[in-house]
Amino acid sequence: MSTIVSLPDQSTAKLPAKSYLNQEYGLKSWLLTGDHKRIAMLYLFSITFFFIIGGVLAGLIRLELLTPPSDLMATDTYNKVFSMHGIIMVFLFLVPSVPATIGNFLIPLMVGARDLAFPKINLLSWYLYWIGGLFILATMVLGGVDTGWTFTTPLSTHYVNTHVVTAALGIFMAGFSSIFTGLNFIVTIHRMRCPGMTWFRLPLFVWGHYATSIIMILGTPVLAITLVLVGLERIFNIGVFDPTKGGDPLLFQHLFWFYSHPAVYIMILPGMAVISEVISTFSRKRVFGYTAVAFSSVAIAVFGFLVWEHHMFIMGVSQYSALVFSLMTMLVAVPSAIKIFNWSMTLYKGSITFETPMLYAFGFMGLFTIGGLTGIFLATLGMDIHLTETYFVVAHFHFVMVGGMLMAYMAGVHFWWPKMTGRMYPEAISKTAAVITFIGFIVTFFPQFILGYLGMPRRYAAYPADFQVLNVFSTAGASILGIGYLLPLLYLPWSLIYGKIAGNNPWQATGLEWQIQSPPLTENFPEIPIMDHEAYDYEWLANKTHHEVQTVG
Amino acid sequence: MSHISPVLWQFLIHWLQNFAIFPPEASTIAPYADALYFALVGMTITGVVLVMAMVTFFSLRYRQERHPEAVQIEGSTLLEATWTLIPLGIFLVFFVWGALLYFRVYNPPPNSMNVYVVGKQWMWKIEHPGGQHEINSLHIPEGVPIQVTLISQDVFHSFSIPAFRVKREAIPGRYTTVYFEATKPGKYHLFCTQYCGTDHSQMIGWVYVMTPTDYSKWEASNTSGASLAQNGERLFASVGCNACHNDTASARGPNLANVYNTRIRLTDGSTVVANEAFIRETILNPSTHVPAGYAPIMPTYQGQISEDGLIDLVEYIKSLDSNYRIQQTLNKSQISSAQASTEGKTVPAQGAAKP
Repeated sequence: MSTIVSLPDQSTAKLPAKSYLNQEYGLKSWLLTGDHKRIAMLYLFSITFFFIIGGVLAGLIRLELLTPPSDLMATDTYNKVFSMHGIIMVFLFLVPSVPATIGNFLIPLMVGARDLAFPKINLLSWYLYWIGGLFILATMVLGGVDTGWTFTTPLSTHYVNTHVVTAALGIFMAGFSSIFTGLNFIVTIHRMRCPGMTWFRLPLFVWGHYATSIIMILGTPVLAITLVLVGLERIFNIGVFDPTKGGDPLLFQHLFWFYSHPAVYIMILPGMAVISEVISTFSRKRVFGYTAVAFSSVAIAVFGFLVWEHHMFIMGVSQYSALVFSLMTMLVAVPSAIKIFNWSMTLYKGSITFETPMLYAFGFMGLFTIGGLTGIFLATLGMDIHLTETYFVVAHFHFVMVGGMLMAYMAGVHFWWPKMTGRMYPEAISKTAAVITFIGFIVTFFPQFILGYLGMPRRYAAYPADFQVLNVFSTAGASILGIGYLLPLLYLPWSLIYGKIAGNNPWQATGLEWQIQSPPLTENFPEIPIMDHEAYDYEWLANKTHHEVQTVG
Repeated sequence: MSHISPVLWQFLIHWLQNFAIFPPEASTIAPYADALYFALVGMTITGVVLVMAMVTFFSLRYRQERHPEAVQIEGSTLLEATWTLIPLGIFLVFFVWGALLYFRVYNPPPNSMNVYVVGKQWMWKIEHPGGQHEINSLHIPEGVPIQVTLISQDVFHSFSIPAFRVKREAIPGRYTTVYFEATKPGKYHLFCTQYCGTDHSQMIGWVYVMTPTDYSKWEASNTSGASLAQNGERLFASVGCNACHNDTASARGPNLANVYNTRIRLTDGSTVVANEAFIRETILNPSTHVPAGYAPIMPTYQGQISEDGLIDLVEYIKSLDSNYRIQQTLNKSQISSAQASTEGKTVPAQGAAKP
């Protein structure tokens, strides 16, 4: 029952003569491609572009908050900056981050298919993403929007004269892009698994994306409806959210959070999916409790739809419904705890190495644990009263979204970089970047928990001087974090030309995607594989490697 | 220490002297909230230390140099059950604990002093029952349970006093309440915590907790001359409510005396409690709240009475404990309209309405 996996000699690895990257050349071959791998690359480039914009805006926020008065920008400008930061990061970065890039690239490879079920819809979803992105960019160029990413009515419908409808249309479009991605994944996972690939032989990455896709196609239409209603209310004054016309502003909160809470799981589940692969690979060990991890993803997707009202505990909802939603929120925290413990136990009796993806995965586990447990503070009704709408909430969701999801995304990008490009990233500098990111993150966001308990409200351009010291820490941390994110932006493009050639399976991982050439052929597999072993079967891999060596010898 | 910049040095000294990780504990709720917070922090530290210990220990013990052969393990139902049930149990404890605190904060004791707060972009307007008005400051006595009834006249706001560990959203179109009892005289932050537009961060003020004697002095020196109920009485007459709600034989509307906090049957057969929210709602949307036995003839006052005016009316109707008061209002308005007509001025329609 034990396996030794030795890394292959990379000095003999050669780039394959033919791959999806050099199948065709020219801009047109990229812009009209149906190849999921090329679309993934288009997405990777696009979300990086928006991440840079969102990151610069985050930097501006932290600079403004260095001093108590709103001295760097006017309050209106600050409000626009944090609104655009939220909108871009949530809808144009976090939601598509892992699924549309890494997921798009890997799901057909992992299930043993030649492409996603609907290649043209996949391409359409990228174009919709960009139409949405252009609307958001137009919003910025025309003068921004200052409603926050939550578009709270009646502020967004009657009390601001910024570009609410433009931004809402952008999010509407980006939403359809994510619906199409989810649809494509679900059909692919159901219908296009290769012979022998049963549900319980699927890598956990696929399970995570399956759960995500369910949320995408059930939740996102509600967001679309909500934004249309905001637009109609703003333009035609129809009154659904206006109490003087018999409407109810709380209805907006219900509709918005019915999508936007499950959307949190759209953002985090694919990250968890990445972590399962990375932890298994660098421990050379199957994931502990495969079925528990697989079903915990599905449980999160299902329970995630039943907790939205925990964003509204202080908004005058019925106290008894608050009880129900608090209880459901406690339940949805359990599957995440199950995952964390299973990953920890995967390390037990493994044979662990500490490459960059593993460092990011460790970062994820630490930060996500803090992020998840501080979520319990907010689910606890009486505690939520004091903590909601303060920096505690800001710290909590940044621990989950940035400390969790972004760490997982970086883990995934580094882990599959050799597969996507055929070349290795530089290991020493990328380890440094992972450590810098971790330290910068802690220094930036940990003080915000304390600020939150002290009562500092969110979305304040100016704040009382008592809160300054912790804000200075936070801003200092943000500059460290900035360096952590800048480094990969420099060394990853560098590695495209100067990186070492990776070979098929540089990590000796078990997934189907690692058994083919890097970068893969356009058709992925010369012939459709037959899956005759479970996921994370390192004995199979060891036998196969042994066999190959014998055949060659 | 000469190599440290003096600015930075001062900064550090100042910080170390003033370092706080808790806001002041100034209400009866605060110690309960802090106890819950400590328990939650304890749980978080335990959880994080547990995960970190596992990761660190396994990383050292089973790193490839020391443990070149991975041992494949499928899983363990017993372990899965353990780490499902133990966290679940802990989370359920916090669920119950938090729910108890929540019900405490949002269900004021019946003898509380009522303060009305109207949120608007970008200020807090505070109305004391005695008619004292304040903007962005709230004076309250210590040791007295206080119920704050909140409403917004434009967008969502949120009324937050960190030192009391309480917060409640002020929502357009409906009353919400929050309760606290201050325990320590002093000056505490009051924030708007729900993003409300341009000057959201300027929608802040101070809560002044005073000893009961200081508070009485403050009350006396800040009175506007008329209590909320008295203002409401005047408004009741001037917008013509008393034309129908007057307890005469020919009255077209129900008698409002003693109506507050009673159960009322509506024409559609349902019953409701005539609380503040119901009274306000009925003034604005009368046709949907017609009591059984009355015709839906009351006009809407939507857009004609400000939130402050509605509070006055609500307080007035709450204060009506006998027909005597209504009759008085009626008489006063008849006298004033009679005076007006004798002076040869245009008679206001509402004042002239005859029973």
